Amino acid sequence: MKIVVDFDLCQSHGLCTQAAPELFEIRDDGFLYILNEEPGEAMRDKLDRAARECPTGAITVDG
Amino acid sequence: MARHVVVVGASLAGLRAVEALRRRGHEGSITLIGDEAHPPYDRPPLSKQVLCGAWAPERVPFRQKEGYDPLNVDVRTGVRATSLERFDNRVALSEGGPISFDGLVIATGAGPRTLPGASDLSGVFVLRTLDDALALKGALVPGARVVVVGAGFIGLEVASACRSLGLPVTAVELAEVPLSSTLGERMGRAIMSLHADHGVEFCTGVGVQELQGEGCVEAVLLSDGRTLAADVVVLGIGVRPNVGWLEGSGVEVEDGVVCDETCATSRPNVVAAGDVASFYNPRFGIRQRVEHWTNAGEMADAAVRRLLEGPEVEPYAPVPYFWSDQYDVKIQFAGHVQPGDDFLMLDGAPGERKLVAVYGREGRLTGAVTWNRPPKLIALRRAIGQGGLLSDVKEA
Ligand SMILES: Cc1cc2nc3c(=O)[nH]c(=O)nc-3n(C[C@H](O)[C@H](O)[C@H](O)COP(=O)(O)OP(=O)(O)OC[C@H]3O[C@@H](n4cnc5c(N)ncnc54)[C@H](O)[C@@H]3O)c2cc1C
Ligand code: SF4
Repeated sequence: MKIVVDFDLCQSHGLCTQAAPELFEIRDDGFLYILNEEPGEAMRDKLDRAARECPTGAITVDG
Repeated sequence: MARHVVVVGASLAGLRAVEALRRRGHEGSITLIGDEAHPPYDRPPLSKQVLCGAWAPERVPFRQKEGYDPLNVDVRTGVRATSLERFDNRVALSEGGPISFDGLVIATGAGPRTLPGASDLSGVFVLRTLDDALALKGALVPGARVVVVGAGFIGLEVASACRSLGLPVTAVELAEVPLSSTLGERMGRAIMSLHADHGVEFCTGVGVQELQGEGCVEAVLLSDGRTLAADVVVLGIGVRPNVGWLEGSGVEVEDGVVCDETCATSRPNVVAAGDVASFYNPRFGIRQRVEHWTNAGEMADAAVRRLLEGPEVEPYAPVPYFWSDQYDVKIQFAGHVQPGDDFLMLDGAPGERKLVAVYGREGRLTGAVTWNRPPKLIALRRAIGQGGLLSDVKEA
């Protein structure tokens, strides 16, 4: 399972950081950072939720 | 439970309901009914990227055609639900026979309010659908004088897009200060100056008496006697929940479909979600109808849980969230504020185009607003959800 973020779409809403704080962080520069690009299966629900709640549809889950 | 689930309203809440049904293990059939010609698409870009021409309209659908295959759903676009039978679980449609259901999700959203006489004049627009957006965009030709009636979020985003196209814009607003009922007076004033800095003229504290013109709009007559010359008039005067089809159905309606804290309506096996739903939010102890993107998705998921799992589900108690993009400022808001709430600027200032501010009542956080500071907003949304205190964030 791999996290793919389309950074052209991402507008730093930050909703993904609320859904899955283990995986996403927005730093003071205002940009989104992926903390772990290939998380284990245990994170799938949270990651799905982050993808669903992203207002720009920037997050996809590969695999 | 439910073998056949019918979802009425094929937009954000409707699509999210279908996705949640499958994700949560519903194995029966699903029918998604929507009266627009298009399959579900995203509305926020309509007043932003689509209007100013940055995005082609092909970018707004949530899923491509093949994207519906894994959901195994019968999507019927261009079909309107005309009524819900009182004593039978059946919905009548504008096309084909009535459709029976074991479970029903009401997701018919809301439609724009308009002014008397508006439909008789060309050059007068509302903005809710993709077709609305394309029609309005077509009218924004060089030199067109734009009058926006109603300086709410939609009206101000239209103003922002029109200024980016170099068109002169006047915004007319009944309240003295735009957005003061949602964001309080100070934030309303700050947003007003943001627009004034970008060249928007304001007429506030005044209503519209009449739209004037022969065939096409030529001017807007204000209630104080002033006239504004106009080639394009955009009405952003709020929305009404789409509940006409529920008349006589036994589903209680009052400013939207009345739901309890689990998204259940007054009829068994009928739930509602999104802009159409007026729900009891136990977190703030109030009944509210939330007309924002995030609520439509979150509530659709909660409504589906109620349908599949019954009344024992955990209540839906969101901290409402929305954003709005105006010029180079991303405004984000979380919470629920009421007139008289305290307002405290924590960091930044409108002039810097970056700020963090919070609202509170009796020492507790009730809301937060930021400009261009997304991480702060998310942290504050969490704090509001945990019943955080104003004094805690003051020190942070
Ligand atoms: C231009 C614009 C910009 C926006 N920008 C933002 C933003 O920046 N941030 C934010 O948080 N929110 C924004 N919103 C709000 C957000 O888009 C809505 O909250 C969201 O669309 C609500 O989804 P919904 O599915 O509940 O309702 P809707 O999107 O209104 O969908 C309801 C659907 O049901 C259909 N329908 C109605 N009656 C029937 C019937 N009887 N039979 C069949 N179909 C029917 C309607 O035609 C419609 O397709 C914006 C909205 C607009 C219009
Ligand atoms: S929710 Fe989406 S837009 Fe927001 S920061 Fe995450 S990826 Fe970016």
